[in-house]
Amino acid sequence: MSESERELPKPTPETQHFWDGTRQGELRLQRCKKTGEVYFPPRHFCPSSGSTDIEIIKASGRGTLHSYIISHLPAPGFTPPYAIAIVKLEEGPKMMCNIVECEQTPEALVLDMPLEVSFEKVNDEITLPQFKPAGK
Amino acid sequence: MKRNSVAIVGASETTELGKVPTMSQVQLHADAALNAIADAGLKLSDIDGVATGGHNAVEIAHYLGIVPKWLDGTSVGGCSFMLLVRHAAAAINEGLCETVLITHGESGRSNLGRHGSSIFPSLFQQQFERPFGVTRPPTMFTIPVLRYMKDYGLSEDTLAMVSVVQREWASKNPRASFRDPITVDDVLNSKMICYPFRLLMCCLVTDGGGALILTKSERAKDLAQKPVYIRGTGESGETPMISQMGDFTSSAAFKVAGSSAFESAGIKHSDVDHLMIYDAFAHLPIYGLEDLGFVGRGEAGSFIAEGNTRMGGSLPLNTNGGGLSYMHSGMYGMYALQEGVRQMRGTAPAQIPNAEISMVHGVGGMFSASGNIVLTNVAGD
Repeated sequence: MSESERELPKPTPETQHFWDGTRQGELRLQRCKKTGEVYFPPRHFCPSSGSTDIEIIKASGRGTLHSYIISHLPAPGFTPPYAIAIVKLEEGPKMMCNIVECEQTPEALVLDMPLEVSFEKVNDEITLPQFKPAGK
Repeated sequence: MKRNSVAIVGASETTELGKVPTMSQVQLHADAALNAIADAGLKLSDIDGVATGGHNAVEIAHYLGIVPKWLDGTSVGGCSFMLLVRHAAAAINEGLCETVLITHGESGRSNLGRHGSSIFPSLFQQQFERPFGVTRPPTMFTIPVLRYMKDYGLSEDTLAMVSVVQREWASKNPRASFRDPITVDDVLNSKMICYPFRLLMCCLVTDGGGALILTKSERAKDLAQKPVYIRGTGESGETPMISQMGDFTSSAAFKVAGSSAFESAGIKHSDVDHLMIYDAFAHLPIYGLEDLGFVGRGEAGSFIAEGNTRMGGSLPLNTNGGGLSYMHSGMYGMYALQEGVRQMRGTAPAQIPNAEISMVHGVGGMFSASGNIVLTNVAGD
């Protein structure tokens, strides 16, 4: 997978903590102190309760393969076929990712298989949270 | 809204559909608009409200030489036109304007005079989806379906049947892009696009447009066409990012738009004679049938495979051939509405005999938004 032309995130004030976290090897989520709900993507308030009394937490980095496709279409920075996956995190939220250290085939990508986070440094600013089969 | 108080009195698609390299996008809007105005027996100067999605509404009004009293540029993807019908009916009832023109034009294939995407970019998609290789709709809209297939035991063969049945409808439609019959094997052997989606499970990419004219039902009797009344409406939106869809086996936006439409129309499922469910990809009719409540959870695949939605079935669905076989310029909702109007006028190529109620359901973006319109040819409550 060539990273040279891949579209990279441009952090915004409400997401800076997330991208600072991945750079430091942490997957960060937010939790509502009122309801205990963990949510994503980042916001300065809980989208369920509306409360601004929230905290940033370090996620376990564990999850399961919730769904995916294997794209055969060209995309900048990718060599098809490659999987675009959704991980369901232990804490509840879902995130998009690629599955690394794994064959990009339906046989290897089994729904509900356990995954763990794997940080992919792209440059000094951006590290992407990716996922790999647990225990790899 | 007041049931049946507003009617569609003019409806037309562009003169040509498919590959139209002779027209820019704004021309497609205007061609459809002029056709719809002529269809209604009206003049351009009768139009005092202008609405469009995916294109600047002021540009359309200016291009047509109209200085409107009411404008709407709601742009939430392919179902924008269902929302615009809903908003226009409300505006007419409120007295904000009398005669609304809703236009669609999209140079989806030839890409002439088209500026950027028809859907507004999402801030979070740039950060949390695009770095992982999503590009065009086939790389996003398809993502939830493996979850559905595992949870409800939907097979690839059954998913392929959606495309097979829609092609049967398209075979009756001389304006459909693809009319030759196909089999499940044809679908499963077509080129892999995004596993598990093959080419024949994905919509066309074409050029075209359509336009509608709405006015108060009491005025409709003096006009050229049999009026098609707006009996019920609904709209909703869930998420700009496919990864954040709450339940990968069900659309919250479909449910809200659908139940609002049923409630405002005051109808039961068994009252629906004709159904359109926006089919950008083969799984959409499956989600739609379930989220609108026509069948139970996990039942839509077999409902289609058993023939209930084909010609002669209990619930004729996507009778123009749909986005999979008829046409799909990018924002297909207008074409679904046009087929609903044709069925209510009794002029569809594959006409459902004695149909009195048509439900036209739309999706916008990747399960992002939804609109739903209930049409009828029967006046009164």
